[in-house]
Amino acid sequence: MTVDVARRPRPKAGGAVFLASLFWRWPGLRTAVLLVPPLAWFVVVYLASLVLLLVTAFWTIDPFTTELVQSWNLDNFLQILQEPTYLRIIGRTVLMAALVTVTDAAIAFPFAYFMARVASRRTQTLLFAAVLLPLWASYLARVYSWILILNHGGVLNWGLTSVGLPAANLAYTDVAVWIVFCYIWLPFMIIPTYSALERVPDSLLEAASDLGARGWRVMRDVVLPLALPGIVAGSIFTFSLTLGDYITPVLIGGGTSFIGNVVYSNIGIANNVPFAAALAMVPIVIMAAYLLIARRLGAFEAL
Amino acid sequence: MKVRALAAVALLMVAACGSSPAPSSNTQKQPPTANMAPQTSIGAGEGALNLIDWGGYVQAQWQTPFEQTTGCKINYKDAGSSDEMVSLMQNGGGGQWDMVSASGDADLRLIYNGSVKPMNPDLIPDWKNFQEQFKSPPFNTINGIHYGISLQWGPNTLIFNTKKFVNPPTSWGAIYDPQYSGLITIPDNAIQIADAALYLSKKDPSLKITDPYELTKPQFDATVALLKQQRPLIKLYWPDISHFETAFSSGDVAIGAGWPIMTTDLKAASQPVNETIPQEGATGWADTWMLATKAPHPNCAYLWTKWVSTPQVQAEQALGYGETPVNTQACAVMESLKPGSCAAFHANAPGSYFTSMKFWKTPISTCDDGSNNCIPYEQWQAAWTTIKG
Repeated sequence: MTVDVARRPRPKAGGAVFLASLFWRWPGLRTAVLLVPPLAWFVVVYLASLVLLLVTAFWTIDPFTTELVQSWNLDNFLQILQEPTYLRIIGRTVLMAALVTVTDAAIAFPFAYFMARVASRRTQTLLFAAVLLPLWASYLARVYSWILILNHGGVLNWGLTSVGLPAANLAYTDVAVWIVFCYIWLPFMIIPTYSALERVPDSLLEAASDLGARGWRVMRDVVLPLALPGIVAGSIFTFSLTLGDYITPVLIGGGTSFIGNVVYSNIGIANNVPFAAALAMVPIVIMAAYLLIARRLGAFEAL
Repeated sequence: MKVRALAAVALLMVAACGSSPAPSSNTQKQPPTANMAPQTSIGAGEGALNLIDWGGYVQAQWQTPFEQTTGCKINYKDAGSSDEMVSLMQNGGGGQWDMVSASGDADLRLIYNGSVKPMNPDLIPDWKNFQEQFKSPPFNTINGIHYGISLQWGPNTLIFNTKKFVNPPTSWGAIYDPQYSGLITIPDNAIQIADAALYLSKKDPSLKITDPYELTKPQFDATVALLKQQRPLIKLYWPDISHFETAFSSGDVAIGAGWPIMTTDLKAASQPVNETIPQEGATGWADTWMLATKAPHPNCAYLWTKWVSTPQVQAEQALGYGETPVNTQACAVMESLKPGSCAAFHANAPGSYFTSMKFWKTPISTCDDGSNNCIPYEQWQAAWTTIKG
């Protein structure tokens, strides 16, 4: 274990060289320098804002002047738990998130299966582009286009009446909100499901066939369990995105409130940041529980 | 271990504090800035003016000539809501803001938290030409002290589709009528509770509602109950003008509470639309330019108020925004700019018209009779959330 110092070029004087040799001597230092900026960013931007949110939730505002009163209390949380309206809004939001997730999973699975296991390379690329293309357009433009589709004189009713069916009055309803949520979050379900399905080894499917399993049996007992982590990973996106969104209900819905809308109206209209903070804790708690379950189902291995 | 101990202490502190008492308010007392004597003359402009306004209240059409003649360079911020105005103006405008174009539902809050200070109407030559009702209205004048100069106003009208309603509706009852279920739209705003209270004041005199902004508990509960009954009939709680106009044009809604600008826009788009002020009367909004307690450019602020009160600017703003000027002399200018607009915006309406109008003001716990039985604004907002569910 001798190091041939003589063959090493002699270090020139200068800061860069000094640093280089410092890092060479203590590899741990290099790691630290590399990690500190992103870590600091994470701590300051992510954690600090979350902590601030948590802290604000325990304060209140003077309702008349809307000035922040920094006295510690649980009023905001009690209000959420004791007022049936807020519980109903939370329940409605969770139900909507669950419905959107289930719908997206049902649509995404066959699509992703086709993309991953049936389609040719060329078709696969085309389908990928088709899935991702809407994400390039503005969120608002995509949501607004649904107003033109769903409203009373819109494309949908035009189509229905022209084939002799009664018009559907979907605009400004919760059904419309559900449809639009399913549409905008679908790519977030397709991609992880696709990547999970792509990784299912062909040999397993052949083995299943050799053992006499028919198509549905293979799907149920081999493909689905192996794809489940991918679907659960996708559901994390669809569920959390629906849980927090407030723009689609405002643009498409008729005024029905979801958690995001109440948070928004408390910050933007009522200027009651503490109450909004308390209410914003609800999706965080729900998501924490959801992520714990998802981890058990192996979702993080498919990310 | 240390972290856990800290957390335990924090929890204990929270538990010990418990519920905070609700702050009380009282109109009888003078606002905190009542003793600040307003200036008696307008000096030279300070070269800048920082405004918080409703989008569209500062337009190049009247901003540019103002800046050229006074040298006051305008910086402005469009506010999204009355509450945003209140929060921006906290602490006397913070030494940053000079003026705010506040609406009636925010005025009393701005006055009583000391954000704005008295103004001298004698420095505004056009003030004497204002509609009588807007010289010293209760929403910006307290005990004879003016906390701002009225600017423009507008009624909340009943707008309807003339094909679906061949006979124009005559009562606000139409928007509570199950017969029109799924065709009704109303504003997504807690102050809408006052509209329901106004309707109830005529429909159910036993409630003895005299002022829709001063509701006792039984009156308030009856109003909220009416709005909850109305909830399933509502197609859309409109959040802004464009939502209302889109839903109306597409035929998703056929009747609702809105603003004259919507009728004007929809008529311009050849929609079968008209508006009316029903027999119960109507609520209305009225905006006031108010002077921040710590305004850094008071002379420019007075020059601006003077300028926007002139008939020319009053008429331009009225037509640009679809609202009604408070200066009676603006009517002639409006007619010259757009024939028929003076009558369309009720700018020449008689005094009786204004007495049928209940202008927005902040609901506070002190009623007109001095008792503390009225329901304050925060509870209006909480109730609005429960109404919409």
